[in-house]
Amino acid sequence: MNELIDHIKARFPIYDVIESQPGQIFVSLEASKLIPMITSLKTNHGFTVLVIFTAVDWIEDDKFQITYVLNNPKEKQDLGIRVFIHRDDATMESIHHLWKHAATFQRELKEMFGIDFPGSPGVDDPFLLEGWDNIPPMRRDFDTKKYSEETYFPRPGRETNDPATFMKQTLYPDD
Amino acid sequence: MSEKKQTEHDKFLAPENRKHTVIGPDGEEIQVDPLNDYFCTDLPKVEAPYKGVLEKFLNWARAESLWVLSYGTGCGSIELPPLFSPRFDAYRFGVAMRPTPRQSGVLIISGYLAVKTLKRVIRSYEQMQNPKYVIALGSCTINGGMYWDSYNTINRLDHYLPVDVYIAGCMPRPEAILAGFNKLKERIKSGNAEGANEYIEKLEWYKANQKKIIKDWNMPSYNW
Repeated sequence: MNELIDHIKARFPIYDVIESQPGQIFVSLEASKLIPMITSLKTNHGFTVLVIFTAVDWIEDDKFQITYVLNNPKEKQDLGIRVFIHRDDATMESIHHLWKHAATFQRELKEMFGIDFPGSPGVDDPFLLEGWDNIPPMRRDFDTKKYSEETYFPRPGRETNDPATFMKQTLYPDD
Repeated sequence: MSEKKQTEHDKFLAPENRKHTVIGPDGEEIQVDPLNDYFCTDLPKVEAPYKGVLEKFLNWARAESLWVLSYGTGCGSIELPPLFSPRFDAYRFGVAMRPTPRQSGVLIISGYLAVKTLKRVIRSYEQMQNPKYVIALGSCTINGGMYWDSYNTINRLDHYLPVDVYIAGCMPRPEAILAGFNKLKERIKSGNAEGANEYIEKLEWYKANQKKIIKDWNMPSYNW
């Protein structure tokens, strides 16, 4: 695994190499270098399986992190690649030409995070949220509790009989 | 419906349901508006119950033969198959599963309902024939349960469909569901299970609630 990392390091500007467990390494990379790197990993190094492909919202840094986890079934190795893109014009290159099922992940990310993947098949079709007209729900500035209370007729809760509150009201009614 | 509203509405329609031109066998062009031409646009009417002994007899017959739509939403659908296994044996109560809404009289909402699922549930419920009953399983249908603050699941089922029996729990075991069926039988025999008529009487209110959350309403107003 270390040989592989050295080999990649010589060709691509990766940083933050973390071995989270034996046989599983996460690296970070510039977004523009992603396509050449995973194409090389798929064709030359046996990372033929796209395991998962998801996003994290780092709202404090104004960034989205997209994580691609690739698997090498022969060597039993996992390699996670993280790229960071800006939150405002969240656009990323599509990888559906390498793995067909990536189009489904991309469709989900478009709907849940608002990250666009131009050219990906069916990326604008609704996936789970039909007719959604708010900001994408997995963005951290979306207030799901407020939205639910405004939309879904919440059932009012029971009257509380909390002893502490009751005694406080009985003994110190002026407070 | 005004012209502008129609175009806004059209955005969600499937291509075959939009207004289009069909060429007939003799080459003539026919304008087709599928939502008005292919589907029934009439609204249902209240079917008043019979009076006296006849209604009592009918209610007894209805209560002893509950045909359930084989349809599950959420985690409660896992609790239903054991119900029809030899251990719990719901058949001894006259409960049977049917594969299509046209043949069934009981709709079980088994757990949380996403907005996308609710649309399918409403279609299924409206396609069922009178008399029809709704059983709601689990706390999700009562107040949202553990999904009470979710952006995509409804909180209270009784705002969208008339519910006859709630079975509390997360999830209720098959014994609880059997008890719920017995409760429903009592309710039918006492003549109180008029959910289908209640739905028609308050149709405007139900439809307003349904259309408030189903934003891409791309089907007829009432799905016969």
